[in-house]
Amino acid sequence: MRRGVGAWLGSAILVMLAGVLLLGAFWTPYDPLAIDLGHVLAAPDARHWFGTDEFGRDVASRAMLGARISLTIAFETTCLAIVLGSALGVLSGFVRGWLDRIIMTIADAVLAFPAMLLALALVAVFGGSGQAIVLALGIAYLPATVRVVRAAVLSIREKEYVEAARVAGDGPLRIMLRHVLPNALGPIVILSTSLFGWVILYESALSFLGVGVPPPAPTWGNMLSSARPYLEIASWLSLAPGLCIVITLLGVNLAGDALRDHFDPGERR
Amino acid sequence: MLGYIVRRALLAVPTLLIVTILVFLLVRAIPGDPAQVLLGEGAPPAALAAMRTQLGLDQPLIAQYWLWLRQAVSGDLGHSIVTGEAVVPLILSRFQLTATIVLTAVLLATVIATTGGLIAAWRRNGHIDLAISSTASLILAVPSFWLGLILLLVFGVQLRWLPVVGYVPLSEGWSAALAFLILPIATLTISESGVLTRMMRSSAVDVLRLDYVTHARAKGLSERAVLTQHVFPNAFAPTLTLVGLTLGHLLGGIAVVETVFTLPGLGRLMVDAILARDYPVVQGCLLFTALIYVGVNLAVDLLYPLFDPRVAA
Repeated sequence: MRRGVGAWLGSAILVMLAGVLLLGAFWTPYDPLAIDLGHVLAAPDARHWFGTDEFGRDVASRAMLGARISLTIAFETTCLAIVLGSALGVLSGFVRGWLDRIIMTIADAVLAFPAMLLALALVAVFGGSGQAIVLALGIAYLPATVRVVRAAVLSIREKEYVEAARVAGDGPLRIMLRHVLPNALGPIVILSTSLFGWVILYESALSFLGVGVPPPAPTWGNMLSSARPYLEIASWLSLAPGLCIVITLLGVNLAGDALRDHFDPGERR
Repeated sequence: MLGYIVRRALLAVPTLLIVTILVFLLVRAIPGDPAQVLLGEGAPPAALAAMRTQLGLDQPLIAQYWLWLRQAVSGDLGHSIVTGEAVVPLILSRFQLTATIVLTAVLLATVIATTGGLIAAWRRNGHIDLAISSTASLILAVPSFWLGLILLLVFGVQLRWLPVVGYVPLSEGWSAALAFLILPIATLTISESGVLTRMMRSSAVDVLRLDYVTHARAKGLSERAVLTQHVFPNAFAPTLTLVGLTLGHLLGGIAVVETVFTLPGLGRLMVDAILARDYPVVQGCLLFTALIYVGVNLAVDLLYPLFDPRVAA
């Protein structure tokens, strides 16, 4: 029962989020980048629901544009880590041998760094920009993806249908694409949702630190970063972007839990 | 048991080597002349030439790595481009503050999470479980830096109980420093207790189903004794591993909390160094944090058999 409620709540949040994203692509209450020095740090009212920032920009409009930037980065990063990680994981788990050993040694070495630390280090090399964040977080989460996919493939490759395909004369590439990968989709989908949530969190953290997406483009993280100095006189600046992150993560996490129950009913508690 | 300790400690050696190689390569991956990268833009030609010799840039990459590793082991990680300070003492002075906050928070979070998780598992699907599990799930969705900002807003700006900006070093006495440490420690404790509570609850649920728990109850032991003596030790083992990972996670993520509370810790040192392109400091922080992470995970694995003796068999 409780799981059902969570799944509904998660889906509702994600649908709402998609609606805001779609709306934000065509319309925002104000121009998110328009500076209005006559309305600096205005408290929330009927015209500006979430107030204005230190340049008089509408916080609600910026949060809407920020949603697009943050979620695009999260989507691209997840795709990068999942596509590359699945390819390497399937290769590693199915082919085994020296290829497996090389891939796993490198993966374990990268896992010896906490993800956030590695992302920081890579940003130091690539410089701070949207693409740099995608690359840095994509690399930081690649080893975890490889490990999860490989573990799934290790059990799949022993299944009868793989043996049957081999006997039927299918080549290894065809077996990997037609039989192994489709059967590993469950864990891959579950991992993708977790990754998506982590990346939203870490992107906002990097942007909050000032090494992420550079201003004036808004992301939820850099909006919070510029809100910090005004905490005592304009506390509303910290509310909208923070709530956006919390609601989004809640939706993604609840949907992820529901997916896990769906693919892995034995784990239901 | 001794065999397990030796085996596990030996396993850390290749990890350590690979970590040092990655840290070395990362700075070499920055575009440009490594000597220029390490000395900054305005370095005089003589200093650049000296640095090239010191780095062994005329030698093959492996020799350069070996040279760098020998210097690092002897405690020489170069000097900050910005301030000229030696990197190692700089890191150590900043680490004191970070370690105090992180260790206190992890300890508190572990105590809260194991108690909460155990109670939730014991009263599974009841009201208490619903309250604890929902809170833990909610915490997972709240970024630590936003939680910090909200706590600052409530206790600093609204109630005026605690300072909003600033810092008093630990060396000036605990009571003075404490006012600046309460909120960062509270922030990290709350943030990290979410995932730990879920882990503890999930493994305690598994343990509570086992026959020996039924047996302990049948013996007439009180519920309290069953939980503390029989369920806790077995359910805690997986949580302990997560505590180790949490420590590493915190060392990587501490920068955001130090930024919120304007604390001069190790995380902020690294981020400021990244922004200032102060690569010797970046490299030093990276190496130092990664080594601690490897060390913590080793310590956790060595403690593991205390809770799950099968591992050492």
